[in-house]
Amino acid sequence: MSAPAVLFDAPGPKTVARHRLYTIVAAVVLLGVVAFVVWRLYDSDQLEYEKWEPFLTPRYITALLVDGVLVTLQMAFSAVLGAVVFGVIFGPGKLSDHAVIRWFSWAVVEFFRAVPVLLLMILIFFSYGITRGESGAYWSVVIALTLYNGAVLAEVFRAGVLAVPTGQAEAAYAIGMRKTQVMNIVLLPQAVKIMLPAIISQCVVALKDTSLGYAVAAPGLTLVGRDIYNGFGNQVPTVIVLAVLYVAINLVLTAIATWVQKKFVGEKEPLTVSLVGKTDAGSGLAPGAP
Amino acid sequence: MNAVLDNLDLVVRAFSYTVLLFLIAGVLSLVFGTLLAAFRVGPVAVLSRATAVYVTTIRNTPLIIILIFFRIAGPKIGISFNFVDIQVGEIRLNNLFAACVIGLSVYTSTFVCEAIRSGVNAVPLGQAEAARAIGLPFAGVMTEVVLPQAFRATVPPLASVQIALLKNTTVAGALGVFEAFARMKSLTNDNATQRIGIFLTFAVIFVVLVELVSFAANRIERRWRIAR
Repeated sequence: MSAPAVLFDAPGPKTVARHRLYTIVAAVVLLGVVAFVVWRLYDSDQLEYEKWEPFLTPRYITALLVDGVLVTLQMAFSAVLGAVVFGVIFGPGKLSDHAVIRWFSWAVVEFFRAVPVLLLMILIFFSYGITRGESGAYWSVVIALTLYNGAVLAEVFRAGVLAVPTGQAEAAYAIGMRKTQVMNIVLLPQAVKIMLPAIISQCVVALKDTSLGYAVAAPGLTLVGRDIYNGFGNQVPTVIVLAVLYVAINLVLTAIATWVQKKFVGEKEPLTVSLVGKTDAGSGLAPGAP
Repeated sequence: MNAVLDNLDLVVRAFSYTVLLFLIAGVLSLVFGTLLAAFRVGPVAVLSRATAVYVTTIRNTPLIIILIFFRIAGPKIGISFNFVDIQVGEIRLNNLFAACVIGLSVYTSTFVCEAIRSGVNAVPLGQAEAARAIGLPFAGVMTEVVLPQAFRATVPPLASVQIALLKNTTVAGALGVFEAFARMKSLTNDNATQRIGIFLTFAVIFVVLVELVSFAANRIERRWRIAR
């Protein structure tokens, strides 16, 4: 841990004793909190077998895993695949030499990053999904997430391309490559390596956001959960189970991202972009500013 | 556009709810997130670990699950906000609103915690060492050297977190608070032919709100920037 090194000196004997006291007090308080939560759940009959029975019944476990986890993963990956395509088009588009393309890409990316994904989802749902039943809701969520995550990934791609050493592009121009060739053959392949962890992290965001499909009754883990708690009246256990499933999937994805980061990028800083472009560049509202 | 203009009062009220959700949850999440960050970077290993586990769990849970917990599951175990009932003009803040504010604050505070932690980690080690070397006590090292630099490094990520919160307030609309998203949904439902216009209106207002927040953040960052 690096944080204590900045903040604290190596503790002396008195401080060590004091920290031991704090540790004991903190442990007691934490145990108290946990005990209170468990007691609270027990006291309001949330730990009774009937409330948890659905999660031990094979039929509902299958529903949770197949209609829930699997569909949610499908939605998230379809959205990320679409988002990568969107990002590959608009990310380098923001770096184009033609002002029109640059401004257009800038406007599209900034718009979809600033608009809440739920607004997009409901517009697409009312325009396209509402007459198409469950698959309509499914694709409304996927398209909305594609646009939002695509805008974020466009920013990631742009940062990735800019992170490739300038000598690479200069060398490519020097041996006579054209602009498109430089981007496609030299810059993007190197940028992808830097961007992989950021793309996988974006999968976590997309996966969490698929749960917003709740608003348009799209299939997925959250909807399965809703059906279960509406049927059994076991809201608290259901929410706990849903949260555990989501957290487990996300932790696996995060672990993969960390592994990819170590394997392909090494110990360098992972590539990050802030949620809205203005704060990192400090460039105000100037469109197309690098 | 007529649908929006005819229901201008409803739209204004919807965005008042959005802004109120944002402001209240924003302040609460900053306070609670700072507290979490203090535990996280503090010297007590037990607290630091417990906070790390808590933050990882909440961060990886979708916001809507947390809101469902406070809104639907909470009342079953005695977490309800029935004591909240404030009426200010047309705006009514009831238990649903309070549940969503708490849910948003709980979710956002974990991101605030991480932002502050990364800010503290961004302070070069030599700064603290130099401060200790000239004999400053712990409180002096903190208040004179480390925290002022950490706060400055924290502004951009905190702004990102708060902008995300502003956009996340729409999730409260899916759970019964009649803010911008819920209003847009009902307007679109009643005026299906004007859906593009309605969407663009709401989207542009959101873009303006986001720009306001990031403009404010830019200003603060510029004012607090230190010459290195």
